[in-house]
Amino acid sequence: MPKQTPLHANHVAAAARMVDFAGWDMPVNYGSQIEEHHAVRRDAGMFDVSHMLALDLDGPDATSWLRGLLANDVAKLKQAGKALYSCMLNPDGGVIDDLIVYFFTPNSYRIVVNAGTADKDVAWMRQRIAATGANVTLNSRRDLAMIAVQGPNARAKTWQALPGSRAASEALTVFSAANAGDLMIARTGYTGEDGFELTLPAERAEAVWNALATAGVKPCGLGARDTLRLEAGMNLYGQDMDDSISPLDAGLAWTVDLKDETRDFVGKSALLANPAARKVLGLILEDKGVLRSHMAVFTANGEGETTSGSFSPSLEKSIAFARLPLDVEAGEQVEVDIRGRRLRARTVKLPFVRNGKALV
Amino acid sequence: MSNIPADLKYTKSHEWIRVEADGTLTIGVTDHAQEALGDVVYLELPDAGRKIAANEACAVIESVKAASDIYAPVAGEVVESNQAAVDAPESVNADAYAAWLFKIKPDNASDLAGLLDAAGYEAVANA
Repeated sequence: MPKQTPLHANHVAAAARMVDFAGWDMPVNYGSQIEEHHAVRRDAGMFDVSHMLALDLDGPDATSWLRGLLANDVAKLKQAGKALYSCMLNPDGGVIDDLIVYFFTPNSYRIVVNAGTADKDVAWMRQRIAATGANVTLNSRRDLAMIAVQGPNARAKTWQALPGSRAASEALTVFSAANAGDLMIARTGYTGEDGFELTLPAERAEAVWNALATAGVKPCGLGARDTLRLEAGMNLYGQDMDDSISPLDAGLAWTVDLKDETRDFVGKSALLANPAARKVLGLILEDKGVLRSHMAVFTANGEGETTSGSFSPSLEKSIAFARLPLDVEAGEQVEVDIRGRRLRARTVKLPFVRNGKALV
Repeated sequence: MSNIPADLKYTKSHEWIRVEADGTLTIGVTDHAQEALGDVVYLELPDAGRKIAANEACAVIESVKAASDIYAPVAGEVVESNQAAVDAPESVNADAYAAWLFKIKPDNASDLAGLLDAAGYEAVANA
């Protein structure tokens, strides 16, 4: 039996099309995926992301232990509530998971990891705590629900639905969070639009979801979440990177912090020994068709492969991420093998869309 | 519940077939299929004059989610494909029975006996 989030009954009652996603019974859409996509780009949409796992890390060694665990450096987090995106690497430099870590004090953090990797992540973290002897405690917070409210009107509609949240969240800068009672409000997301990610006790999820719906926030499924993140140039774990891929080959070099030479972290020596061999660029299909993952890409400088591809509702064209030879630049003509036919595409810098505007 | 008109024939692979007065077959995908596919964004249809075998993958329908083959219900020759549907793939979602995809002239009219009726397809769609 797939697992159910605290909002499962709401999705079923709304006649959402449900699919098994990483062992969870999740809504893929509530009707039209494209309409849900446009709601987020133009107004406000909400996603049940309670399948993701929040972990609380506390203890006097929290900061030093995280600095050894993550490829990005939590030492740069100074302000309470500030968030950081990072990869967690294995000793070979492959990506165990990508995650967001929120800093509260040097002794207190919250980490949010992907659903499909949650068990693997927790096992690895516990192994690292044991191996390092760090004085920290790690608690899985399956008692919490998470709702992402995204879009140009997401913040205003959240305040309309939850008036008590406004004072705590009005001054939040991008990529930071605040607590309002038992609600954590983060100005983060996975769509390329402004908005909040709300973390709250599971028993309050339904009331908050319904209040947001009443304020005009459209329920959106994982289908729209995927096309939105693709347009926004954001990687999806398991598709654009995994345990066998270095962040340097997955377009994530910007998340690897090597500034402090005295800092060691798991996977660092492997990254230093194996510099980037591929680069990630966007593709826009110029012929008719739809790009998907694992299609061969032919360039003047050798072959590459798409990692994610779909139809972009905002651009009304097919787009993809492609892992390509280092010498390929944005603005080049390439060909993609789509079911045995070579179709024309153009390389572009990511992202494709940000804050409602096409950038390509 | 998806809509399964009683006057059409069906395949297990979710195509519908209308037998026209002149014996040609008009083919599309069922309401159940469009619902499962989600928003349709691209169609690749066979050209007129192409000879196709029964169960041959002769067209492609792509939704935002995935690509799916469309199979020839019987052997025959393509006489026309629906350019209006190619230009507006979302018409398949709006009305899967109005947005036909292609027409074929069957090699043997007797092959039609192997197709499902509405009750037979309903059992497939609900399986």
